[in-house]
Amino acid sequence: MIGIYLLGAFSIAGCLFIINNKQAVYSLLAVFLALQSWFTIHAFYNAGNTELAYFTYDSLGIILLITLSIIAIPAAIHSWIYIENHKENPRQRSIYLSALVLLITAIGAGYLSNHIAVIWIFTELTTLSAAALIYHHRNKLALEGTWKYVFICAISITFIFIGILFLSISLQHAGSTDLSYKNLYTNSENLNPFWLRLAFLFIFTGFTAKLGLVPMFTAGIDAKDKAPAPVGALLASVLMNLGFVGIFRFYIVIANSPLLDWARLVVGSAALLSLFVATVYMLKVKNIKRMLAYSGIEHMGLVMLGLAAGGIGYYAAILHVVLHAFVKSSMFFQYNQLYRVFQSKSIYHVGNYFKYNTTGAMVLLLGFISATAMPPSGLFVSEFLIFRSLFDAGQIFILILALLLLSMIIWVFGKNIFKMLFIPPVGFDDSNVTKISPWESVTQFVLLAAAVYLGLNPPVAFVQLIQDSINLLPL
Amino acid sequence: MIHVLLITFLITLFYMAIANRLMTYINVLAFQGVLLFFVVFIQLNEINTLNLVLILLETIVFKSLAVPIFLTHLLRRNNITREAEPYLPNFVSLVITTFIVVITILISSTIEDTHLDKIFFVVALSTLFFGLYLIATRRKIITHVMGYMVIENGVFVLSLAIGNEMPMLVNMGIMLDIFASVLILGILFNKIGDVFKDVDVDQLSNLKDV
Repeated sequence: MIGIYLLGAFSIAGCLFIINNKQAVYSLLAVFLALQSWFTIHAFYNAGNTELAYFTYDSLGIILLITLSIIAIPAAIHSWIYIENHKENPRQRSIYLSALVLLITAIGAGYLSNHIAVIWIFTELTTLSAAALIYHHRNKLALEGTWKYVFICAISITFIFIGILFLSISLQHAGSTDLSYKNLYTNSENLNPFWLRLAFLFIFTGFTAKLGLVPMFTAGIDAKDKAPAPVGALLASVLMNLGFVGIFRFYIVIANSPLLDWARLVVGSAALLSLFVATVYMLKVKNIKRMLAYSGIEHMGLVMLGLAAGGIGYYAAILHVVLHAFVKSSMFFQYNQLYRVFQSKSIYHVGNYFKYNTTGAMVLLLGFISATAMPPSGLFVSEFLIFRSLFDAGQIFILILALLLLSMIIWVFGKNIFKMLFIPPVGFDDSNVTKISPWESVTQFVLLAAAVYLGLNPPVAFVQLIQDSINLLPL
Repeated sequence: MIHVLLITFLITLFYMAIANRLMTYINVLAFQGVLLFFVVFIQLNEINTLNLVLILLETIVFKSLAVPIFLTHLLRRNNITREAEPYLPNFVSLVITTFIVVITILISSTIEDTHLDKIFFVVALSTLFFGLYLIATRRKIITHVMGYMVIENGVFVLSLAIGNEMPMLVNMGIMLDIFASVLILGILFNKIGDVFKDVDVDQLSNLKDV
C-alpha cells in the first residue's frame, strides 16, 4: 500500500511539474489529497504492520500522519487562493504545486520510516522540495533565504550522517549491523556508550535544523519568512514534527541505555537555550511572520523540556507537538489574509484589523490565545502537564526560569497582537482595502477548534495512540 | 600504505589553510578526490566488485573531475577574484588547524576500540572541523561551498573506516555527496551568481527581524 502511495504521489508530483493546464493541475492536487487521506485511513486501520520492509505504521507515525493529512487540506486550499490572488504564471504554479506534493509526501514517509537511514533520506527530500518552495518569488531576498536554508540543512544532514556512522560503530560492539529502530531498541543496553554519546550529539544537532531548536534554528526562521504563507504553515508545523520524530525515536534508544541522565541534560539544555533565544528575538522582532516562527521555537523548547523531564512529560510532549501544529498552521494561513489587507509584514504598518476584516481578526485573537496556552486552548493542558513533569522531576529552578521566559514571551506577543488588532496604523490609506471573504477563514477556525477539542476532551483512541508511542520510554 | 595516504590527506588540509588563491583550493579538492580513490581501492577489500566500482567512480569522476571543473567554470563565469579573502591571517589559520589536529589526536588516544582504525577517526574528525573553520573564516560564498566539500570528504573517510562491515553506509555517503553538492552547486550557485554580482557573504544579510 505504501508502495502505491509513494508511486502515486511521486508520479502526481512529476505530472504537476510537466502540465501547465489550470484545470488539470488543480484536479491533480485534489487527486493527491484524496490519495493522502486514503493512505492515512489505511495506515490507521493497519496499525503495527510493516510494509516494504522500511515503513511501519506505528503509533507515533499514525498520530503525526493524521495531523499532516488534516493540515494538508487547508494548505492546498490556501495555496490555491494564494496562487490565484498573485496571478502566478503557469510555470511557477506548476513548480509550486509539484514541490508542495513532494514536501507533503516526504514528510509523511519520514514519519513512518522504521530505519534511521530511511528517515534520513526523506529528510533530505524535504530540504529539496522546501528549497523550491522558498525560492517561489524569485527575488533577491527569497534567494538569500533559500541559500541559507539549503546550506544549513546540508550541513545538518551531514551531521546526521556522521551520527549514523558513529551509531553503527556503537552497534558493532553489540554484535549487530542492522540500523532499524527495532533492532536498536533491542540492543540499546549493549551499545558502546562512548560512540553512542557522539552519535546522539550529532544526530540531535542535525535534526534541530528541522525541529527549530538551538543550535540550528536560524535557517528555519528565514525559510518561514520568505516562503509563501501556506508553505510557511507547513514548515512551521508538520516539518518541525519530522524533526521531532527524528529526535524522539533516537531518544528512545538512548533512554533505554545507561546514558539516560546525560541525554536528559543535553536535551534539557538545548531546550532551555531555545526558550531563551526565542524570548530574546521575540522582544525585538517586528516582522509578523518571523514573530510566529520564533514562537514555534519557544514551543519546541517546551516540548523538549517535557521530553527531558520524563514521566507525564512524554505524554505532554507528543500532545503539544500535535496541538502546536494545528494552531501555528492556522495562524500562518491567517497571515496571508492580513498581508492582503495591509500589504506589509511589519507590525508598524498593521493595525485596527478588526475594522478591516472581522473574521480574520477573530482567528488572530483566538490563535494568540491558543499559542500562549491560555484556557480554553488545548495547549494549556499540554503546557500544564509539561510544567508538572518538571515539578515531579524536581527541577524547580528550571521550571521557574522557563515560566519567567514564558511570561516575557506572552507579554511581547500580546503587545504585538493587540497592536495589530486594535490600534489604528499610522499613515495607512484605507480607501481601497481588499475585502476578504469570511469563508476563507473557515479552515482556520476548524484547526483552532480541533486544537481545543483534542486538548480538553481527547478521544480514547488518540490517548491510546500517544500511550503506545511512549511505552518504550522508561518512566 | 593506507596510513601514508591518509596522512597526505591531512597535510593537504594544512596546505589549504595557508593557500591564497581559489584555484589552489580547487586543485587541493581534486587531489583529495584522487587520494580517496586510492584509499577506497586498498581499504574496501571485502565488498562486492560492482559496488566497489561504483564507489571508485564516484571518487574519481565526481570528486576529482566533475566538482573541480564545475567550480572552475563558476569562477570564470561569475568573474570572481582569485583571492580567498580570509578574515584571519594565514599564520593564525595554520596555528588553528594544527590545534584542531592535535585536539582530535588527543581525543582519539582516549579511545580503546577494535572496530575502528584510529587514524581514520583522526583524519575524518580533523577534516570535519577544518571544513567548519574554513566556512566560518572565509568571506566568499564559493569558499563556503568548498568548505562544505571538505566536510563531505571527511565524512567519506569516516564511512570508509566501517565500509567493509556496512557497505550500505558508504553508498549513503555517496548519495549525500551527489545530492547535496548538486543541490548547492547546480541550482543555487548559478542563480546567486546572476542575482548578486559580487558574491560576498556580506551581501547575504538582508533578512532581518526588524
